[in-house]
Amino acid sequence: MCCLTNSDKITTDVDSLRSEIRDKSVRVIDVRRADDYKQDHISSAVNLPLANLLSDDSPDRVLKLVQNMGIDDETPVVVYDDTFGALASRVAWTLEYLGHSDVTLLETTYSNWKSLGLEHDSSVPDIQNKTHSLNLQSDILATSDYLEQAKERNDVILIDNRERLNFLEQHIPGAISLPYRTLASKDKILRSKEDMKRLLENRGVTGNSEIITYCGSVGTLSGLAYYALKSADLPNAKLYVRSFKEWKNLQKPTQKQEDASYWDLSAE
Amino acid sequence: MTVTDLKQTNPDSASPTIDWSKIEEADNFAKTVKLYRQGKYDEDSFRRFRLQHGAYGTRMTGDYAMVRIKLPAGEIYPQHLERISQLSEQYSIGSAHFSTRENIQLHWVILEDVSEILRSLAEVGLTSREACGNTVRNVMCSPLSGVCSNEEFDATPYALATAKFFLRNPMAQNLPRKFKFNFTCCEKHGMVRIVDVGLIPQIKEIDGEPQRGFKVFLGGGLGNKSYVGHQLEEFTPEEDLLYTSMAVMRIFDRMGDRKNLARNRMRYLVNDMGWEKFQNLVLKERAIVRATQSVITRLDVDHTVNEIKRPIRIAEEVPEAIPDGYARWLKTNTIKQKQSEYRSVFLTLEAGDITANQLNALADIIRKFSSEGKARSGFVQNVALRYVHEDDLPQLYSTLLEVGLAKSGSLTMASPIGCSGTSSCNLALTNSHRLAKEVQRKFLELKLDEDDDLTDSSIKISGCPNSCGQHGIATIGFFGGGARVGKDMYANYQMSLGGRSDGDAMLGQTCLRVPAKRVIPVILKIIEIFKQHKKEGDTLKSWLHRVVNQNEDSEIKSVNDIKNILEPMIVPPTKEEDPDFYLDYGSDSSYHTKTGKGECAA
Repeated sequence: MCCLTNSDKITTDVDSLRSEIRDKSVRVIDVRRADDYKQDHISSAVNLPLANLLSDDSPDRVLKLVQNMGIDDETPVVVYDDTFGALASRVAWTLEYLGHSDVTLLETTYSNWKSLGLEHDSSVPDIQNKTHSLNLQSDILATSDYLEQAKERNDVILIDNRERLNFLEQHIPGAISLPYRTLASKDKILRSKEDMKRLLENRGVTGNSEIITYCGSVGTLSGLAYYALKSADLPNAKLYVRSFKEWKNLQKPTQKQEDASYWDLSAE
Repeated sequence: MTVTDLKQTNPDSASPTIDWSKIEEADNFAKTVKLYRQGKYDEDSFRRFRLQHGAYGTRMTGDYAMVRIKLPAGEIYPQHLERISQLSEQYSIGSAHFSTRENIQLHWVILEDVSEILRSLAEVGLTSREACGNTVRNVMCSPLSGVCSNEEFDATPYALATAKFFLRNPMAQNLPRKFKFNFTCCEKHGMVRIVDVGLIPQIKEIDGEPQRGFKVFLGGGLGNKSYVGHQLEEFTPEEDLLYTSMAVMRIFDRMGDRKNLARNRMRYLVNDMGWEKFQNLVLKERAIVRATQSVITRLDVDHTVNEIKRPIRIAEEVPEAIPDGYARWLKTNTIKQKQSEYRSVFLTLEAGDITANQLNALADIIRKFSSEGKARSGFVQNVALRYVHEDDLPQLYSTLLEVGLAKSGSLTMASPIGCSGTSSCNLALTNSHRLAKEVQRKFLELKLDEDDDLTDSSIKISGCPNSCGQHGIATIGFFGGGARVGKDMYANYQMSLGGRSDGDAMLGQTCLRVPAKRVIPVILKIIEIFKQHKKEGDTLKSWLHRVVNQNEDSEIKSVNDIKNILEPMIVPPTKEEDPDFYLDYGSDSSYHTKTGKGECAA
């Protein structure tokens, strides 16, 4: 394709990020803990620990955080973590929700970046505040109320990204199980587009369905799944960001695989 | 050159020599599942197709499958383990399971994901093809073949060649029932009499020349009804190995019972016909096969010597202090090889289960410690590292300790077998899998793995009468069922004593039914009775052998005498007295028997 817009891109490959860093044309966000960031990080990256974001992820506060990181509406943003892309996905999704269109995930993890011997240091960049608009993309968010209605529709697919045993034990009725580990390849946070499409097609996740992802508590694993879907040309995706934790707290109905002691097969 | 010069810190790992896979089968499987879901494939044909590709059904659901990955001759390479680790996290429950027939199983796999597993396995040369269904199942070989000091020659190349010959072979696609080959190293370590075709390597002098061949046992098998196999002839020369195998399969294919699903294994045919008649038929059929097969029909036996290319000694990095438990582990988990200075190390798993992390760690450990660069799965839900230099054992132990793989007792009675039971199997009546783990924990807690009187005994537990847990050949064997007091049910096991699978192979004698929650005290009581009555040099196994054959001259003269002592222990309490009695292991709701349709016979 000749005219790939930025919003079609899900991940940024290692080489592109290196040249964007050299050109100073990108804002790189490291979402690991502050201590890890302090030790070393991808050169020029700023730090936004996921826990910090989650402590209050109201749009107004997130807007401030984004502006403090020197991001305006046009700034290309690349997010990375060291947790197979799940934490980075949650942060990227939040930016997207805020209305920032040009945000992608680094295709690999920080450990891998480092093991490749690529640029990293411990210096903290000087950042000038920028102004960013607020344009909430509510169509990528699923609330519990929304989900409760939507899951009754035939054209809605609900995906649970927790591990298989947790799914068997308890899940939202009607959900299908797609453990987050399934999404990655050996050294990339997401498998190739072709592989992802085949996997999802086998599972009946195709076409024009609206797809809602959820995981255990804060929308990290399911955030990664949200981007996995987009990478397979399934853009009609929403993240149930409060996920199963909220669903249970609200005492909404759950389903269980009955009459089998599957936990006893685990060697954990 | 000094040893240091020989040392390789990062040795090349050994690579698999045989590619068992066929990548097209993955796409074909995906397509067929779609057709099936669209109703364009009937239930029965689909089940046969699914089983032929190694995907077994799962308890109470059509949405999940168990994928059984074959390890022909038990051989497994580091890259296989890494791949299976990854697959277990992606498509299964984050653990994998070593079976009793040298397969690795992934449970609770979504049927629509099976094709992804097949594709991924093909990339590393593995297959699940014909791991289930009415075909030649995984061809087994003793984990000690090649290193056993009692063996006459290494049967591994013959096991691999047999597996290669029959995999996807048209003659093995639609047998009356499954068909199993077991090769072994020697009488002691074998499982040759409880299988359709069992083979022990033999060397015989013919016209002054040593000639390789086998002792062939036919028509054994464990199941709802179990039989011990018969030896075909005194000596079967190696060039007759394939002809004999083909002859037996042709007879079974022609004459085996295709109607009565419960009686269609070859052992029933042998039993119904009588051994002598069957034996004659095989010998005649073999003459025909030999005379009519083209000269190109032969086994492709790879005689390349197993290369021990990395006699690495890494012992210079000896840990400062040898961790606690080393001596116990050394005693109960390792065997001296016929190659001097080397040992084979058996890892203790719990009922065969291993986590994704442990699989990954094991791959590295093999690369680092095994001079043959690969491992072998065993007969008892375990895995063995061979060619470990004796100087490296302390370090191996501490490395295993770090990843939770250093438990002792793998070669003793403290490592019971438990089939998957109600954790995934449609036929199961009880949670035999968890019970095996509970027995193991108790044995290790009491340090019974160190007791020399118990090492050669075994405990094997099946969750139903169908013998996947091989209870019939256990010193103390159990199979699950249900019992009731009024309207309250509890899990209850039939216990048998004195079974064995070696040269004196026999099936255990039924003793009595033991409630699940009394199994551990009953086992301990049997050990106590044995200790009271044993003679010098006795083991539990040898003592029970005398008891079941009524050759024991103490006051315990028969299984019945043991039963009389145990009987007070199995009286059910009321539900008010002991509510836990009415719960099976791993369950917090009242016990009830519930089964689906079996597929063994599909």
